[in-house]
Amino acid sequence: MTAHRFTRRALVSAGGLLAATTLVACGSGGTDGGSEAASLDSNADLSKQSITVSNWSGYMPKDVAKRFKTATGSSLTATEHATNEEIMAKLTTGADSGIDVAFVSGQYAQALNDAGLLEPIHRDLVPNIDNLYPQATQLAFDKGNKYSVPYTWGTTGICYRSDLVKPAPTSWNDILSPDPKYDGKVTMLSTERWLALPAQKALGYSVNTTDDAELAEMKAKLSDAKKHLLGYDNTTFYEKLVSGEAVMTEAWDGWCGYGMAENPKIKFVVPKEGSDLWSDTMVVLKGSKNKEAAFAFVNMMLDPKVHSWVVDNVYYNVPNKAAEALVADSLKKQFPQLAVSPDDLAKGEVLVDLGEDSTKYTDLTTDVTASS
Amino acid sequence: MKERLGWLWLPFVACFAFLYIPIVTLVVMSFNSGRSALNFSGFSFRWYPELFSDSDIGQALLNSLTVAVGAMLFSTVLGTMLAVGLVRYARSTALDAIAMTPAILPDLVLAIGLLVFFAFIGLPLGLSTVMIAHAAFGTAFVLAVVRARLVQLDGSLEEASQDLGASWLTTFLLVTLPSIRPAVVAGALLSFTLSLDEFVIAFFTDGPKTPTLPIEIYSRVRFGVTPEINALATMLLLVSVTAVVVGALVLRRTESAGE
Amino acid sequence: MSLATKSRPRSRLLLERAVFLGPGLMFTAIFVVVPVVLVLAYTVFDRGRFGGIVYNFSLDNFARAWQPTYRKVLVSSLEIAAGATLIALLIGYPVAYAIAKLPARWRTIALVLVVVPFWTNFLIRTYAWIVLLNTQGVLNDVLVGAGLTDHRMGLLYTKGAVIAGLVYVYLPLMILPVYASVARLDAELREASANLGAGKVSTFFRVTLPLTLPGVVTGCIFVFVPSLGNFVVPELLGGGKTVMVGNLVRDQFLKARDWPFGATLALVMVILLLLLFALQSVVSRRYAVAGGER
Repeated sequence: MTAHRFTRRALVSAGGLLAATTLVACGSGGTDGGSEAASLDSNADLSKQSITVSNWSGYMPKDVAKRFKTATGSSLTATEHATNEEIMAKLTTGADSGIDVAFVSGQYAQALNDAGLLEPIHRDLVPNIDNLYPQATQLAFDKGNKYSVPYTWGTTGICYRSDLVKPAPTSWNDILSPDPKYDGKVTMLSTERWLALPAQKALGYSVNTTDDAELAEMKAKLSDAKKHLLGYDNTTFYEKLVSGEAVMTEAWDGWCGYGMAENPKIKFVVPKEGSDLWSDTMVVLKGSKNKEAAFAFVNMMLDPKVHSWVVDNVYYNVPNKAAEALVADSLKKQFPQLAVSPDDLAKGEVLVDLGEDSTKYTDLTTDVTASS
Repeated sequence: MKERLGWLWLPFVACFAFLYIPIVTLVVMSFNSGRSALNFSGFSFRWYPELFSDSDIGQALLNSLTVAVGAMLFSTVLGTMLAVGLVRYARSTALDAIAMTPAILPDLVLAIGLLVFFAFIGLPLGLSTVMIAHAAFGTAFVLAVVRARLVQLDGSLEEASQDLGASWLTTFLLVTLPSIRPAVVAGALLSFTLSLDEFVIAFFTDGPKTPTLPIEIYSRVRFGVTPEINALATMLLLVSVTAVVVGALVLRRTESAGE
Repeated sequence: MSLATKSRPRSRLLLERAVFLGPGLMFTAIFVVVPVVLVLAYTVFDRGRFGGIVYNFSLDNFARAWQPTYRKVLVSSLEIAAGATLIALLIGYPVAYAIAKLPARWRTIALVLVVVPFWTNFLIRTYAWIVLLNTQGVLNDVLVGAGLTDHRMGLLYTKGAVIAGLVYVYLPLMILPVYASVARLDAELREASANLGAGKVSTFFRVTLPLTLPGVVTGCIFVFVPSLGNFVVPELLGGGKTVMVGNLVRDQFLKARDWPFGATLALVMVILLLLLFALQSVVSRRYAVAGGER
């Protein structure tokens, strides 16, 4: 009886495994590739369309759906993603993600486009694109804004308590090998590319390097740095500065602003070795069934009155000349990083997609964060 | 009570202190006048009105409750039946293993698997997919709890019932079920609670437009907790404690009424 | 004793079996077994250029999983999960036992009080620990204020904090099954043991503990499994410095978009846990026969 049951069970499970593997191999052929972008109707009745937009929490006005409805008659559902990788996962499963417009960082827009998932930007439907600074139209991951429109841009540096760190930090080495009295009071970012950034710049390498020897050197430096860290923090480092738990943090310029708003002693500096230029962009998915409404949305976000909301509320720089003109001088005084000129920002090295070599950075991050 | 417990009084109290000190901290911080959830700067009620006018949270809560109730019903029925089946009818390690898989596997594996599976069969992600996922997950827990109890009972009552001519269905409903009722209720409660609080599987199997409460909270928590979330936690606590107290009172009344 | 051993027509027996086992098993087969099999099937394929799947059969992923970096993380995860389970047991067993000794009404209240924290989202509860443990937090205030330490201690963002967090989140899952087992203990057996001259300690280890072992084992599994695959607690309380297998798998699926490799890491976890379950099954068989069945 037992032998009989076992054989039957084994056959059933083997059959199941075979079936599943076949399904896997034959099914999910991915999105339909290569079809030419249909030409879009600029007079389409938008009230018949509705779009789903995925963005970071708090990155666009809370009433954006209402504004969109008033402006175009079309309805909007906002959904959120916490990281680029999360939205990338949703967009690349092969199934319909249900998302029409996504906010993703530049290098990820590049990857999405290489995978054939993006609709080219129809400039006739996005006239406000002319508001962009020239520098923002030549970003290395998408020169000419063919498939992405920059929404915000900025750089990464050291956000620190000027009253607790004397002298003020000036170099990436100040957080990689901090003074012993700051031991256990430093945080770094751990989102892949940004974990490596301080080491890349301190060693004089490119932010897009894939050279194995350089990566090994970076790994050693970063593993050493881990011993002095309070921890890796991508989202609450400014709170730690406010509470005094940390005195120096690797931070994006806009995020430092949140700390500065609560404690004026917090300051931001771009280390002398240089830094990156990152950009969060808007992209329209090829699989969207509401492309006209999607581009109308992109256009609305580039409207100076809407776009300046980002500067006023998120404390990020936007690559929109008309919007920046609307920002109050007092705000720029309180947050000096908002007064940075596009030329200065453009000195930063732009992050691009590394394709298959991205795994090198995954391994690097794992190696460093798991090291003891 | 202290006399009954003897030295056990110490771990008993320590355990409840351990369980509740963080909760008390949460509640206290919900009355923080400042934005931070870490540093208390003064007493204020401001986060409560903000919470009640937050429609996103309201919707997410509704979603979570819907999913939890559905998952609880499915998993309690399936789990209890499986427990009876596996203990009284067919003792098989293999079937056991299959039925208990969701409790054995890290929820991450189940989450990924279901995401891929739903994409395959073309089922759009939404509350129904989360409910299915939670039901699958909960069944194993109900099974474990009911089985642990069933295994410690002997089957003589059921045998007697069948000997006296009752059908298997009657035996199940009138003999087996009442004797395992506390375990079934415990299992249902467990399944409901697990679903309400469950994050990982929901995170992968939920659609973008219908976040459950844990997913909504995670999105916000990633960017630093504001005391509004603490206010939510306090409210949830209040609701559950009230529900329990009311339930206990009702139970006492029915008990005394039945005497 | 199994009802199946009674002499009844086989067809009726089959029907009863099907009714009880059918729905549950089918549901589990479709929504648990098939997805898991799919994930496992992925382990032998490769990551596509942009995170998709390339259907070339290859064992590269297993070679990569064997590298020291990943092995180290696996061992560390086992340690942490085991530590959390042990501590949960040491706290949970006495508490479950104590609850069982309470009068009926208090018992229900106590059990409910154990479950109530579960009604608060675990993300928030874990965050409460950050408030408690951080260098500017309450615990440090108390330690320094009471003169127990001279400087604020870095309690947070350590392995210990992660273990404490895991215990905190999963303790109710240990207490409930253990309680269920303890509650059904035949008090007469303990009396008999005492009457036969065994001391309290001896009675506990030779009578009570073995009889409650099924509950203990269930409780341990309920804590160990989610602890091993957890990524949220290490993320929030470990400060990114404690990497567990769960973090790796999640990162592979959501960040690196390398589903095949993530599946491979998951497979290693699954194998370990299946071994554990086999052990549990054997143990609970032996003691179920001894304790409740004839």
